[in-house]
Amino acid sequence: MTSGGIPMPGRVARPAEHRVESTNLADILERVLDKGIVIAGDIRVNLLDIELLTIKIRLLVASVDKAREMGIDWWEHDPSLSSGERDVHEENRRLRQRIGELEADRTAQLDEPPPRKRAAAKRRAQPESDE
Amino acid sequence: MSLVWVYAVQESGAGDAPQVSGVDGERPRIVGTERLGAVVGTVADDGFDEAGLAAAMEDLARIEMLVRAHHGVVAATAEDRTVAPVRLATVFRDDDAVVHMLRERGDAFCDVLDRIRERREWGVKVYVDGAAAGREPASEPGPAAAADRPGTSYLLRRRADRDRSAAVRASARAVADRVAGVAREHAVDVRRFAPQDARLSGRDQEIVLNATFLVDRAREQEFRDAVSAAGAGAVVEMTGPWPPFSFADEGQS
Repeated sequence: MTSGGIPMPGRVARPAEHRVESTNLADILERVLDKGIVIAGDIRVNLLDIELLTIKIRLLVASVDKAREMGIDWWEHDPSLSSGERDVHEENRRLRQRIGELEADRTAQLDEPPPRKRAAAKRRAQPESDE
Repeated sequence: MSLVWVYAVQESGAGDAPQVSGVDGERPRIVGTERLGAVVGTVADDGFDEAGLAAAMEDLARIEMLVRAHHGVVAATAEDRTVAPVRLATVFRDDDAVVHMLRERGDAFCDVLDRIRERREWGVKVYVDGAAAGREPASEPGPAAAADRPGTSYLLRRRADRDRSAAVRASARAVADRVAGVAREHAVDVRRFAPQDARLSGRDQEIVLNATFLVDRAREQEFRDAVSAAGAGAVVEMTGPWPPFSFADEGQS
């Protein structure tokens, strides 16, 4: 008897491999994160418990919310930055510093801006996406 | 250099490794003794050594990937045989170390396999029906709520809403107790989990039961029918079948 054909409430029966993807993360985490036979392997690692993970998620969401309040949300449009943990405060500080530098540049060049330098400043104004 | 990630333990000769990708994208294989086999995967040492795994635990996206892949291999293996799931992030230097571990812990693994043989895990959750608790229209104003006393009318309405929420919640708890009791009668064992955080589950309804049951395969239909019947009128969610992750720890009766 296989399990793939058992229909679930509100859920379409699928092959086992895909059924995993359709299951909510909380259900998987509470079983897989800290359950199963405990064997002392050669590599030691401290696993998080689900409570700790929830706290981390809260912190992550809180810091993202705070950054968004400040109008900094460009990473949300960049898939390479949208997952994982990021230090938004550091990012914030770095961006402010860069804006300050760009403004200082522009002020210095306001009288007679050489076209080449202006183009360079424009290029630098694009946020980097590969960090 | 590479390391060996252990997914699950099965009896020798129970079958080949499943045709799915593991935690490092690798194809799982079996390492065995005469008595037992471990479903393992060869993983890179830079991502799966102590430093690599410690870093992974700081990265939610990576935790999710590891958890889903680990579960995927165990679930695929459990499709056609009894396997004892091994805890996430159990990593050995090489196959010899795995074989040594299988020999050393052989009796304990056999006990676990005996306990979960032909049994699978089913999750049962009961939620407070948010629509009934909060969004029903307010009750009809009583006689004291005359038009010339709008303040009193408002307070009475607020109290009625609050009383109704409390009643809905109390009735959901009663359903939760009934469901848990009935489910237990049709199961071999039970574990209760903490309520799920809405950020993880994506559901905003209040959860009043979050438990998981070890059920004989032969009694699964009976179990599911009984839970559905006991949960009539409430929001009941069943998940499964799961490999018996929650019942694979040793030292249980």
